[in-house]
Amino acid sequence: MPSLGSALLALAFVTALAAAAIALAGRDGNRRRIDLSRRVVYAFCGLLTLCVAIIEIAFASNDFSFNIVAQHSSIETPAFYKLAAMWSSQEGSLLLWAWVLSIVSSAALYATRAKLKEIVPWATAVMMGVAAFFTGLMLFAPDVNPFSSLSPVPADGIGLNPLLQHPSMMIHPPMLYSGYVSLTVPFAFAIGALITRRLDAEWIRSTRRFALIAWALLGFGLLLGARWSYTELGWGGYWAWDPVENAALMPWLVITAFLHSIMVQEKRGMLKVWNACLVVAAFSLALLGTFLVRSGVLQSIHAFGDNTVGPYILGLIAVVLIGSTALIVSRLDDLRSEKRIDSLVSRESVFLVNNLLLVAMTAVIFWGTFFPLISELFTGDKASLAAPWFDRYTTPLAILLVLFTGIGPLLAWRRVSWASARRVFAVPAIVAAVAALALALLSDTTHKPWAYALFVFSAFALTGLGQEFWRGAAARRKLAGGSMPAALVGVVSRNRRRYGGYVVHIGIAVVLIGIAASSSFQTNRDVTLRPGQSAVVDGRTMTYVKPTVAVNDEYLQFGSVLRVEEGGKLVTVLHPSRRYFRPTGQPVGTIGSYFDGEATSEVGLKAGFGEDLWAAPQPDISAVQRRVRAADKGFRACVSGAPGTPPQCKALALTMRAAAANPQLRARALGQIAGIQSATASRIAESYLTDNSATIFKIIVNPLVTWMWIGGLIALMGALLALWPARGRRRGAVVSTELDALKEAKYREIRDAELDHAAGKLSDEDFALLDAELRKEAVQILDRV
Amino acid sequence: MDPQRKRKIRLVVALSVAVLLAVALIYTSFSASTEAKEPSQLLTAAPGTSYEMTGKVVKGSIRHQGSGIAFRVVDRDGGGQSLPVTYTGTVPDPFRGGREIVLTGAIEGGTFVGEPETLITKCPSKFTTKSDA
Repeated sequence: MPSLGSALLALAFVTALAAAAIALAGRDGNRRRIDLSRRVVYAFCGLLTLCVAIIEIAFASNDFSFNIVAQHSSIETPAFYKLAAMWSSQEGSLLLWAWVLSIVSSAALYATRAKLKEIVPWATAVMMGVAAFFTGLMLFAPDVNPFSSLSPVPADGIGLNPLLQHPSMMIHPPMLYSGYVSLTVPFAFAIGALITRRLDAEWIRSTRRFALIAWALLGFGLLLGARWSYTELGWGGYWAWDPVENAALMPWLVITAFLHSIMVQEKRGMLKVWNACLVVAAFSLALLGTFLVRSGVLQSIHAFGDNTVGPYILGLIAVVLIGSTALIVSRLDDLRSEKRIDSLVSRESVFLVNNLLLVAMTAVIFWGTFFPLISELFTGDKASLAAPWFDRYTTPLAILLVLFTGIGPLLAWRRVSWASARRVFAVPAIVAAVAALALALLSDTTHKPWAYALFVFSAFALTGLGQEFWRGAAARRKLAGGSMPAALVGVVSRNRRRYGGYVVHIGIAVVLIGIAASSSFQTNRDVTLRPGQSAVVDGRTMTYVKPTVAVNDEYLQFGSVLRVEEGGKLVTVLHPSRRYFRPTGQPVGTIGSYFDGEATSEVGLKAGFGEDLWAAPQPDISAVQRRVRAADKGFRACVSGAPGTPPQCKALALTMRAAAANPQLRARALGQIAGIQSATASRIAESYLTDNSATIFKIIVNPLVTWMWIGGLIALMGALLALWPARGRRRGAVVSTELDALKEAKYREIRDAELDHAAGKLSDEDFALLDAELRKEAVQILDRV
Repeated sequence: MDPQRKRKIRLVVALSVAVLLAVALIYTSFSASTEAKEPSQLLTAAPGTSYEMTGKVVKGSIRHQGSGIAFRVVDRDGGGQSLPVTYTGTVPDPFRGGREIVLTGAIEGGTFVGEPETLITKCPSKFTTKSDA
């Protein structure tokens, strides 16, 4: 099987190169060659799918002749995690990269099969070039072929690290990867547009969807990672400004900026150079993220063994950056803006501000992340920056961003008169003022000015967004009648992109509220308690009622029952514990081997809309460990037949000696030993119940943190809403030529303006002016048709 | 004012703001950063200065001590003399003997005293190419 996989992988490599070559041969618009190259891309996708299937089958069937299976799985590894184990390895994660790329490339080429016939060949060549790079890496770089085999075949594997055995692991890495990889599509089409000088908004319209998919996947991946850290790591935080986290956040921020600025290009023909730079930056940052986790150049909690693929990826980044920059510079004449910003009070100027904020944030994070390298360059010492430094810069930027998530949607395109602006800003501003006053009088949030500002701005943004929905629905109702909810559904489903975007804004504001509240008003304490003792944390009495113990073949678990009371009333009972895993995939060792493996905290969590109670224990098990050592020593003495040992020992020693000579007896002897050991382990572990030993509890009271997860899900819903294919009247429209698409876009712009007018965002004079302008532009397009 | 000139002024203002911010960023990053050192370099380091220590926990050296732990670390390549370390509070899940850690703290009386909440333990199993997991 491994050799079949290797052959398929080699074939895939050749296929990717062939697809690129055929596409380039069809760059003069040869339809047959372009169609053929697309089909070869599908074939590439099929081949990689087979490769992934072979690896997954090997994992599922415990085929330890695969090196990757022996290193990352074992017979006892739960089936669910066997499937996820592929991407816990270097070679498997590279295969995942290439596989996801083959899928998104196929999807992108399918979606554009009747469009962009000049750009598509180049985009195909770029995507397949990147695909060939990653496939070739697996084939030619040392030690990263997923199909390398082991001989002799081991009886069992090493197993998957218990820390990685969390449901999120099944989807967190693939999500982030898919996000990274999807960025290849907008990048490839941008390069194609630059080469062919087709720099109107057409390539953006066709690939915007992929940028949004990448944004959603990357964002969801980040959210899952934060959730995993919060519930699994026994640390209680969700973000640490760790280089690997930053590496995923940076492309996300840049693509957020891109999604906004491309609207300006689409609608106004401006910011073309900027957009080209953003898409190149996003893709390079995605590659940089892929590189960072594989290089060991920075200190991170995600430690990755030094390995061989880092320099190659760095090489690819260099090629991408130098090539793209040269290309953009050579096309500067074609990238000139068609128009200028009419007014500072318009949606495009707000988008410009938001872009600057997002890019500034990315620059800060980039600087902080790579500071150890920068400082080594200048001072010779590797010095690093900690969370407070990052917070100092990102906090004010995030607060301004939340303000603009509220301002942007309230303004119309092109220009807004002060009168219109005053009208739409009145209610949100009043609500924000009331919120500011209420928070100042009724709570102590003013002690944390940043958080206070964020709450007030969020109130403004959320009210503004709510008002948008309300006014949109009211306008629709005036037009189509019916009930208010029906009108809301109607207006949202007819303007999915717009309202999907608004829903994302609501989600982001909610996420930021959760982050601000939980980081500024968190209580985080370590308390040392013996059974029966209690401590008061943030007004709550925490009583360590009693210790608990659980034993099985995999782990020993030392837990606790922690009663939480407030004002004499029971709030909840938490059951935090700590598990000590035995290393898997090794022959029966000693009882002490339970303490040789990983230890994980099983967090006690009571989540609520108001606040989370979070507890993780660190039990003092030194007494238990002493007893274990004594028992292991006793066992060794026993089987060595020392004088005075009980008769069972002699029987066991005899069996073991016989087993050494006769392999058939081996299993029975090992079974016997395992039986004795697990009985002893249970007995010793249970002695912990009466040890009365102290446990350090890390206790966190986290206000509003749940809203972070809720906000994240709202944002995801918004993205899905914006992505959902348009239905109804627009489906009938024939969009076969680029001119048709242009016409459709202009119609949409007119509809948008009408909606803005009906919703009171544009005054009558503003609308009359804008409408006349738009209609003139539409007529020009129709003339060309 | 003619629009050409207005744009130019706007550009100059924007650029100066950007430059100012960049200077602030660079200045604060050099003053806020902590130097990274390996245990063997810290044995002779000045007491009281804050460092970020990167080292490997010596197997079997971890002891409970009050509400914290005491252990010894060596350089990441395993060489050099070991350095005693104390740390108060709960430790991350992956922490144990043989693991690489990053800890911020200072030397006090020959012992490296870690600041609470700064202990980072590396998770070794992902992407290691050798079977030392």
